[in-house]
Amino acid sequence: MKYVPDATADRRFAPNNTVDRESVDGLLSELDEYAVEQALRIKETSGNPEDVRVTALCVGPEKGIDAVRKALQMGADIGVHVTDEAVAGSDAIATSLVLAKAVEKIGSPQLVMCGMSSTDGAMGVVPAMLAERLDLPQLTLASVIEVLDDQVRIRRDGDVATEDIGATMPLVLSVTDQSGGVRYPSFKAIMAAKKKPLETYSLSDLGLDADEVGHSAAWSEVVGTTERPPRTAGAIVNDEDGSGAMALVGFLASNKHIRGAVEHV
Amino acid sequence: MSEVLVLVDHVDGAIRKPTAELLTVARRLGEPSAVFIGRTDHSAGAVAAVRKYGAAKVYLVDDSEIRDYLVAPKAEVLQQLAVKVSPAAILVTSSFEGKEIAGRLAVKLGSGLITDAVDVQEGPVTTQSVFAGNYTVRAKVTKGTPIIAVKPNSSAPEESDGAGAVEEFRATISESAKSARILASEPRQATGRPDLAEAAIVVAGGRGTGGDFTPVEKLADALGAAVGASRAAVDSGWISHAFQIGQTGKTVSPRLYIAGGISGAIQHRAGMQTSKAIVAVNTDADAPIFELADLGVVGDLRVVFPKVVELLAGTAGGISASVGTSQPEA
Repeated sequence: MKYVPDATADRRFAPNNTVDRESVDGLLSELDEYAVEQALRIKETSGNPEDVRVTALCVGPEKGIDAVRKALQMGADIGVHVTDEAVAGSDAIATSLVLAKAVEKIGSPQLVMCGMSSTDGAMGVVPAMLAERLDLPQLTLASVIEVLDDQVRIRRDGDVATEDIGATMPLVLSVTDQSGGVRYPSFKAIMAAKKKPLETYSLSDLGLDADEVGHSAAWSEVVGTTERPPRTAGAIVNDEDGSGAMALVGFLASNKHIRGAVEHV
Repeated sequence: MSEVLVLVDHVDGAIRKPTAELLTVARRLGEPSAVFIGRTDHSAGAVAAVRKYGAAKVYLVDDSEIRDYLVAPKAEVLQQLAVKVSPAAILVTSSFEGKEIAGRLAVKLGSGLITDAVDVQEGPVTTQSVFAGNYTVRAKVTKGTPIIAVKPNSSAPEESDGAGAVEEFRATISESAKSARILASEPRQATGRPDLAEAAIVVAGGRGTGGDFTPVEKLADALGAAVGASRAAVDSGWISHAFQIGQTGKTVSPRLYIAGGISGAIQHRAGMQTSKAIVAVNTDADAPIFELADLGVVGDLRVVFPKVVELLAGTAGGISASVGTSQPEA
């Protein structure tokens, strides 16, 4: 799970060209809530829910603990928060490294579940990178998930086709917002979450050196950021008098989206 | 001059438009080498097509062994080819599949990765549009071979005769790369309209359609455009997720985007704000989409769109010569 700046707030860059996480409230990335939800459903519909453990894992700043708490309130059993100043500014490659080490430390999970992408960087590559690092099969972008014993079958809308993909556990699974509505934690669940185990790992707990991650070790570098000049306010036409369609056709014609003379416009 | 590997995005040998764009971009960085992973008996057309866009070399990789196994084997192919030819850069289409291949490849090669580039210039230095389009970011890869996933419609494909020297390449695919298998695949139903991610014009509908996409589809057809939808329309069950534009659907950057009855939630804007021109029709004069629109019409799409279609039909010359989908301009 990722702790991200609230997408509805004004997000900006810090002077070192990393995402400014200080000035904007953070929260559990909305798309990761779907992964938590599906993990809980898999647990609940398994033959032996008591024996299935859902661990919520987040790599992020200190405040990222809020994302872990949210997952515990939803119903996850254990929270793990990896936080270390040296991790700040990590790119997707380094993030996947930290996540892979954390997954290994947690144990040997049968399923490593992720949201389809974060709502800030939005690269959508970490699940695939995690599968690569853990040398596990990847089933990504699932909208429908079926688990039968150690077999997982998903359906997804690929780039050109709708596909069913299957693999044997253990595996990495990422889910889309089509996978099913996300539960709201009840008051009782919120209270219960306070008693759940919550662990914090530092980089050294994961056997990683500070110079393997973070902004200085990033594999790509932002060389400049420009705030987009506000789009010059376009023309606004009110269609009350029925002139809207004419204005639209005029726009199409004058910008050469339709060819040929549109004489009466 | 160093080679620049371009992964060919194709369906049964028919190359998709973004591949022509990638080859055009690749020529700025070095000598483009197209990498075709597919059926060898499908390759002839693809070879001719990539040659037309300047491919100096074409690596043919027979996929008979890996056809059913998604992205992991393709990443292995590119890794082994990259080790062999030490390319100046590796370019893929910034689609779901392209990005996953790029991600795995970056880990394998120990190379930096940039996704969703809307421009690539010498260096290579990329341009990305982030935070729902509020910022433009320029970036470069600092370690290893730059791996860059480029958004469709980011540049106009320019033809250029390439030597197109064909070379077969055999990769060794590990067993673990074959651990996730495609069990069933249903090609997207052909609508007769251009592909959403590639279209030069997109007409999209949202909540304001009230569930009837007919006016959206008719306008799309009048303009040779693709049809898209907002998440609200998809969540309401009015149209399939395959048409969704936004953070969790497709990202599009057509020359023209026409939004009908879409308020412009930030998640939607993330998927369309790099469109070159934006027209919005919405009954709510306060809808945030109007902040982005080059032309805003405060009105009901169910009234405005059909009238536009009528007006366009009246300009028959204009319509029959309406800008097609495969002729990117400007």
